[in-house]
Amino acid sequence: MSRGARGRPRFNPDRDVEEWKGAYVPYDILKEAFVAFLAVAALIALLAIVFSSPDEHAVTLKSWSAVDPVDFAQTAVTELDGTSGTATYGPPYNATPDASQHIGFFEPNQWLGVHQPVDTAQDFVIGPLRTLPNQPATQLAITAYENAPAAQQTAWTTAYEKAVANATDVRGRLHVPVGRYGPVGRIIGSLTAMSQTGGLDGTLLSNGQFYNTNYTKPLLFLADGNYLAARADSQHLSGDQWGMMNETGNYPGQAWLWLYTMWYQVPPMNTSSNGDLEVWGIMMLLSLGFVFLPFIPFLRSIPRWTRVYKLIWRRHYRELAAS
Amino acid sequence: MSIDTGAPPSPSTQDSEDSRQWTARVRRSAESAFPPDRLLPDRQPAYMASWIYVFGVLTVVSLAWVIITGCVLAVMGPSWWHVSSVGLFVNSLHLWSVEAFFFFMVIHLWGKFFMAAWRGNRRLTWVTGVVSFLVSVGAAFTGYLSQQNFDSQWISTQAKDGINATGAGAVWNVLNFGQMLMWHIVLLPIVVALIVGLHVLLVRRRGIVPPFELAKNGDEPEKAAAGTDPA
Amino acid sequence: MVTCVMLGLLLGALINLNGSGHYIQWGFIQMSLANLVVIVLMVIVFALAIVLPFPRRKRGNR
Repeated sequence: MSRGARGRPRFNPDRDVEEWKGAYVPYDILKEAFVAFLAVAALIALLAIVFSSPDEHAVTLKSWSAVDPVDFAQTAVTELDGTSGTATYGPPYNATPDASQHIGFFEPNQWLGVHQPVDTAQDFVIGPLRTLPNQPATQLAITAYENAPAAQQTAWTTAYEKAVANATDVRGRLHVPVGRYGPVGRIIGSLTAMSQTGGLDGTLLSNGQFYNTNYTKPLLFLADGNYLAARADSQHLSGDQWGMMNETGNYPGQAWLWLYTMWYQVPPMNTSSNGDLEVWGIMMLLSLGFVFLPFIPFLRSIPRWTRVYKLIWRRHYRELAAS
Repeated sequence: MSIDTGAPPSPSTQDSEDSRQWTARVRRSAESAFPPDRLLPDRQPAYMASWIYVFGVLTVVSLAWVIITGCVLAVMGPSWWHVSSVGLFVNSLHLWSVEAFFFFMVIHLWGKFFMAAWRGNRRLTWVTGVVSFLVSVGAAFTGYLSQQNFDSQWISTQAKDGINATGAGAVWNVLNFGQMLMWHIVLLPIVVALIVGLHVLLVRRRGIVPPFELAKNGDEPEKAAAGTDPA
Repeated sequence: MVTCVMLGLLLGALINLNGSGHYIQWGFIQMSLANLVVIVLMVIVFALAIVLPFPRRKRGNR
């Protein structure tokens, strides 16, 4: 900071100002606040009456497996063989190596580690099926799968994935072409049927407890499939549709997220496997710049250069000139 | 002449032991920073002659309506608005008060930017304003997560990737409805209210920023001879 | 307040914003019509706030 005579900081019009010693006018700030309170009440009441608010019903595992049992089965087998998005996610769900996003050596997700543990084969498939009573064939199939060597398990699940790609949905029932997929066919078929009764939603949420408000497992299972994403895409909520800003239907969304979502549309972030961390980094820097704007030369001079203030204070300048 | 009213004598600030009390010191600091006619002034500088100045109070009252409507939703619980038309109406009031809050806040921000309202020792006022904007974005986000509908399912399963990438997902789990609801209705409203309260107190403390001074030729702002003189 | 609630109940929504949304594409920018309306309104209101004259008050001296 440059200093003038007597060591005081030099006046900087973008940082300093002569405090007002001129006239004051009467102003009732409480009345102003009260009028504003009523005006906003009227505004939001009008908007609520005219437009209401959106409420698209939640997707359930039950509705997903009923509407698109093929997609459900395709997702379920990837949960069983550990190739799904959740199974290969890495922290905080599991310890899949080299899965965390990083910028150079900076890899915070890896450093924080696994704190929301999810074993997709056990938690999404085997565990729920083990709760079913009077299903001896299903229980035998699970036991046969668990006792088989890893290579055999992989051979079965790979064969099932190939077969289920040509599966059909006959009135909600899954028909998978015959193939050499061993007990996996019965396992996935039983899981699909369990889901269609609503039992899987309850089992994944309850996690062995009576009360639960943590929807991590059912949400991760839903997100691994294409059904939820397809619904979102149809509502322009996908990432590459600037969906972060949008709301279902024709409602305004979170327009203030425009800058955050913009970075996801531009290279290299739009194709980077570390895109989320890169965008966060950019937004943290920009936010810090925004917070500390008064301390940043050039940026803090923009108001003086653009002269919008001349419009705002035009009456003041006119009165000064007149006096 | 003093009259004995029977009430205990007020502690004398002349007394050096009493004047060192925390209570006395806090009271003196508060009285010095916020004398009543500064806390609730009935006058304002003559240069405040623009509609842009009403957007601060519009933002604050919109926040008041966000909180009021949120409290009504809390009375009946988070699932009420899905099963009741009265609940849906209150939810609509809550949604539109949030839209109004951000609408007025951004216009207020634009106005304050073009006025360079941080001038004259008002930088902390700007800082608290921007921080309250950023925290409000987070508070709104947890609200969208708490809807218990398709929108919250999609937002949570997408946002988890951004938050997990930073490592915060280890503790702050956007898929955990219970956790996000409590952040939305307890923690973040307290933080927003504290920061907004501090912001408003700073506005009262420092006053509204005076205009740029035009040079005598009516063009560039004039550089004054003296330094700053904080209110 | 009671009237508002009753109106809300009776009318539901006068204008149904559910259903398929409308979107604007401009180069790499995609925006919903609703968001665009909000942003344009903000710019208009800001401009009006600066331009519209504020009622003149009688001056008093401090």
